[in-house]
Amino acid sequence: MAAEPAQIEKVITDSLISFGANAEEINRDAELTALDIDSLDLAELSQIIEEQFGVELTSSDVAEINTVGDAIDLVAERA
Amino acid sequence: MADVVVTGIGAVTPLGIGATVLHERWAAGIVGIADGEGRCREFNATEHLSVKEARRADRFTQLALVASDEALADAGWSEELPYDATEIGSIIGTGIGGIGTIEANDALLAANGPKGVSPLAVPLMMGNAAAAAVSMRHGLRGECFGTMSACSSGADAIGTAMRAIRYGSAKAMVTGGAEAALTPLSKAAFGALDALSTSGISRPFDARRDGFVMGEGAGILVLEDGEAARARGARVLAVMRGYGGTADAHHLTAPQPSGEGAATAITRALADAGVSAEDVVYVNAHGTSTQLNDRAETLALKAALGAHAAEIPVSSTKSAIGHLLGAAGAVEAVATILALRARLIPPTLGWEERDPDLDLDYVPERARELALRDGQRAIAISNSFGFGGHNSVLCLEAK
Repeated sequence: MAAEPAQIEKVITDSLISFGANAEEINRDAELTALDIDSLDLAELSQIIEEQFGVELTSSDVAEINTVGDAIDLVAERA
Repeated sequence: MADVVVTGIGAVTPLGIGATVLHERWAAGIVGIADGEGRCREFNATEHLSVKEARRADRFTQLALVASDEALADAGWSEELPYDATEIGSIIGTGIGGIGTIEANDALLAANGPKGVSPLAVPLMMGNAAAAAVSMRHGLRGECFGTMSACSSGADAIGTAMRAIRYGSAKAMVTGGAEAALTPLSKAAFGALDALSTSGISRPFDARRDGFVMGEGAGILVLEDGEAARARGARVLAVMRGYGGTADAHHLTAPQPSGEGAATAITRALADAGVSAEDVVYVNAHGTSTQLNDRAETLALKAALGAHAAEIPVSSTKSAIGHLLGAAGAVEAVATILALRARLIPPTLGWEERDPDLDLDYVPERARELALRDGQRAIAISNSFGFGGHNSVLCLEAK
């Protein structure tokens, strides 16, 4: 199931906004901690990503994600 | 043993946002019940909480958070905590917990399987969520847990918090109760028990009472060690005089018909407070509007207070807002404090027809001035009883 990076970026961005992150602060370089995204948000994000793109992220995968760009790239690589 | 004072109160109820609103509207005869339920219609979580805070909290926790903001501001804690954070705890009761979250996730499980269930389901539905969220929001690092004793949960939380301060394990406690169980499963379940009013009218102690009307809301109190509160120049709203608890050990849902267990709880609360029946000037009744409770509670008051029971005004907050289950005891403690302070006893709304067996003064029709004789103190009891046979009574004195 191939997914366009733009589509992945949109899903991730929309998810972060729904979790309460400030839309204006979201960009590829933004650190998740700076966006007040924590482990519970990442658990929700993993669930959304699996549902949307069929990519299963393990907790060790998630532990490697520091920035929004990291998340997009990881999903794009696996999708 | 430390004396314990109340320095802040907050409430979200079907009568609106705020403790003062609760007292003023109830005393004015306004009923917050509509379509047979006491919903907090004026409450919109995101007006008070960030998106993140609101989605990280079941509605019962949201209600507790907003009431806690009011209570801490009322206590003068908005800028900073007055004591070391590890000396301030949070004990908040709920009868049911995050049942709205449970129901929503059960629907997701049915529709999408296990992977459809939210990672937030557990932290939102757990019964201790309100206590935990209040501690996180305000940075309270003392002892923190929920209490669960059905409709006594709020009173038990407050009584337990009072004891923590007396025992010396805390300088202050943020305590109370919260409930948001106006959900399809919960309403159906209480309906199946035949406990809910079919008329949709809450009229405690009236001959025509036909069950309780379910409500939602939260009440939060800030309790402080009296000496510490006075040292910081805090305004004292009331003194927590006593707490008494018993169990009926009789039936899962029905009260002991004679009210014996409830009477013992009242007697214990008075003994704990060091006051006699004659010192009580107001009873904020549990008064659910069910046949069984209102009869047993009347008998309990007469057994515990003797001949004096007939002379004390007895009114039920549930006549104005319905039964807030695990929040009831806390919201009613708030209402009791405000009634005592205003020297104005709000009425048992809807009480019109006397039940020949229920012969106390239920303060019908309109609010009544509380006239104190010289030297008489403004002391009240607030009763809370719960399914499971829980009887919990608080004794409060307002300044």
